[in-house]
Amino acid sequence: MSSSNPLRDPADRRLPRIAGPSGLVIFGVTGDLSRKKLMPAVYDLANRGLLPPGFSLVGFARREWANEDFAQEVHDAVKEHARTPFREEVWQQLVQGMRFVQGTFDDDDAFERLRDTIGELDKAQGTGGNFAFYLSVPPGAFPVVIQQLKKHGLADQSSGSWRRAVIEKPFGHDLRSAEDLNATVEEVFAPDQVFRIDHYLGKETVQNILALRFANQMFEPIWNRSYVDHVQITMAEDIGIGGRAGYYDGIGAARDVIQNHLLQLMALTAMEEPASFDADALAAEKTKVLGAVRLPADLGESTVRGQYAEGWQGGEKAVGYLQEDGIDPNSKTDTYAAIKVEVDNRRWAGVPFYLRTGKRLGRRVTEIAVVFQRAPHSPFDRTATEELGQNAIVFRVQPDEGITVRFGSKVPGTSMEIRDVSMDFAYGESFTESSPEAYERLILDVLLGDSNLFPRTEEVELSWKILDPIEEYWDKHGRPAQYPSGTWGPVEADEMLERDGRSWRRP
Amino acid sequence: MKMDLTDTTAGKINKGLVQARRAIGTPAVGMVLTLVVVTDEENAYDALKAANDASREHPSRTLVVIKRVSRSPRDRTKSRLDAEVRVGADAGTGETVVLRLYGEVSDHAQSVVLPLLLPDAPVVVWWSVDAPRDPAGDPLGALGQRRVTDGYAAEKPVEDLRTRAESYAPGDTDLAWARITPWRSMLAAALDQVDCEVVSVEVAGEEANPSVELLAMWLADRLHVHVRRAVSAGPGLTQVRLETTGGPITLHRSDGAMATLALPGQPDRAVALKRRETSELLAEELRRLDPDDTYASALRFGVDRLGGIQSASQRAEASTWTPGSLPVRPVHESPAPAPAGDGDTPRPTPAQMPPVKKADPQ
Repeated sequence: MSSSNPLRDPADRRLPRIAGPSGLVIFGVTGDLSRKKLMPAVYDLANRGLLPPGFSLVGFARREWANEDFAQEVHDAVKEHARTPFREEVWQQLVQGMRFVQGTFDDDDAFERLRDTIGELDKAQGTGGNFAFYLSVPPGAFPVVIQQLKKHGLADQSSGSWRRAVIEKPFGHDLRSAEDLNATVEEVFAPDQVFRIDHYLGKETVQNILALRFANQMFEPIWNRSYVDHVQITMAEDIGIGGRAGYYDGIGAARDVIQNHLLQLMALTAMEEPASFDADALAAEKTKVLGAVRLPADLGESTVRGQYAEGWQGGEKAVGYLQEDGIDPNSKTDTYAAIKVEVDNRRWAGVPFYLRTGKRLGRRVTEIAVVFQRAPHSPFDRTATEELGQNAIVFRVQPDEGITVRFGSKVPGTSMEIRDVSMDFAYGESFTESSPEAYERLILDVLLGDSNLFPRTEEVELSWKILDPIEEYWDKHGRPAQYPSGTWGPVEADEMLERDGRSWRRP
Repeated sequence: MKMDLTDTTAGKINKGLVQARRAIGTPAVGMVLTLVVVTDEENAYDALKAANDASREHPSRTLVVIKRVSRSPRDRTKSRLDAEVRVGADAGTGETVVLRLYGEVSDHAQSVVLPLLLPDAPVVVWWSVDAPRDPAGDPLGALGQRRVTDGYAAEKPVEDLRTRAESYAPGDTDLAWARITPWRSMLAAALDQVDCEVVSVEVAGEEANPSVELLAMWLADRLHVHVRRAVSAGPGLTQVRLETTGGPITLHRSDGAMATLALPGQPDRAVALKRRETSELLAEELRRLDPDDTYASALRFGVDRLGGIQSASQRAEASTWTPGSLPVRPVHESPAPAPAGDGDTPRPTPAQMPPVKKADPQ
């Protein structure tokens, strides 16, 4: 409808993309994610004027709450976690559309009440039947909720309105379970109604990978095997598993992080230029590159897994994984995983991509480092370039989003001496002080129906095809190596790169 | 840190900037633009504060140009440049140089500013008061690809809008225009929600507030219908009423903070429409540095073609015309005369144009 609105004009760039009339239903609204990320993101969107008037937020959970209790809970969450300052008038606008539905996921009455609530909101708030269902629920509850939505007609889109489902990882724990899950979801929702959240893809720097590569002339010519030596993608956490023992044990770092976040980051780094920036073209290129991923023949030599052991992390004593509450002392679950993969295409043949992730590592950081080959010939003598490393372009995804370029430069003085220097571009420095939270962007995209930043079924299944052989190999061979908490992972990981004549960056 | 340079030159100021940066240990910073603020001693404090706040979103080198008034012939023959260099915590997220120009040099401010511009970065010139009649033709304005004026600072805002329209050059923009972005955005969202044709519009707001006129001109320009400007007690803009074939749409704000949006057949809704600080307006202004064609088009529509209080000829016409008692299509019967001397290319007056049809949703 908006295309025919005479007040809308593509040239009028001040007017923001405001979502149309709509509402958001959050299942599992009492959870951490909802309180720390989703509710604040909704408020921040409202504060930035990006939500439509009458936007409604419906919470669904077991707790015995009235609408006011729910509003109070959101209020507290917003005050504590929102990025933008609290403004009473924005809150007043938002609070009118807040509803709470009490019930369990198998409670038919509760879903009937939810349907009535949606009908009531359509009348009172003018949401026009457009609702997104955010499933912030444990994987086990997934099929139940999806089936309930179908049973009570909540997934049906009537003419001119939409219903969308937003789902969080894990998208299964191997290829088979992922296929089952997709089948369950797609029985009820069409593929274009399903939005899989990978919050990394909502981050500014990640989107900037595409801008940097495809909007500039100076990077793409060297973005290939002729110039790139290897790529390292790291996602490190300084925390342990916390209270997530029940979820984490048996899943492990590789399934939790590599399968989704790291392989997505790799796809964006390695993919060819999409024909356009629409969702289909982007998904096509990502799918192509994920399909071209090959695992090395010897998985024992090219993968490493580890478990954090007792140690000191950032000045605090940390217990080992096997000593955590609720963890089987014989658990083989990996809290650190490093793998080497190759992309078999003309651009990347022979260039290894090293992916690593872990808990209780040195510090919390996520980055993509593209490391270049050394200059083929150096007119300087060896002593002059002794301290010169390889050139690198590093995308810092979090914290401190930005890009670092590392190259050699002459040290001031009479002798010729060349040393590495870094050139920094920080988002905080060159653009806004705080760029939007990933969830803000992604929730807005869901409401707008823009699926650019959401992985599709094929991508999820391809990622499992990459990871499954590794998990199978790990199941049959050996145990995770132990590494002291607060270090950069097990020595085996360092040895793995040494065998290739390389070393990990200290991020 | 702060550094005072008395009776100085641009070269010495540049040296001072490098020194100051070294002293606080940040050799180079990623500043994205140079903001030239032209103001007077009286308004310098507020303008600088707004610029510093805006620099949290857009790290910039801020050059504040203050032309000192010379009160005696003796003063006028002397020419002197004083500068205050601020970097680090004293200057938002970038660097600030306050330039005070005495005597003859104040007529050649561009010669001081030019050497101090950041290399290769865009330049924005903002007149917080006393904007020139032709911003693009002004020696300082010519340095910038974006020239920001503020109709609120004008003595006769409506007269000022005419001047802006006459001298418009791509890159010109006005804070009075930035002030209405939330209103425009909300009105556009309102029209997204209903399926009808707009037949006439009334925009109400305090007198001598150019934002009201700009909003009215934008609506007239986009909707091609008769738009009437009404006066209310304020604060600022108070109401927009769109008469449509489906019933009236009103957006009403009486307290400068919370507005009520009423759509036909839908419940009234409260929406947040707070009046914003200058720093927020400036930050919005700096977000995009390409010419604002929508502003140009609204401005060129011409303030004299609005119905309501503007011109005598139209005032007479407007008296027979009250909102609420509208025939469905009154526009064909009341041709508004195009104002004489309107330098715009000939285009149909809004009254001669049929209302724009909105296509049905699929």
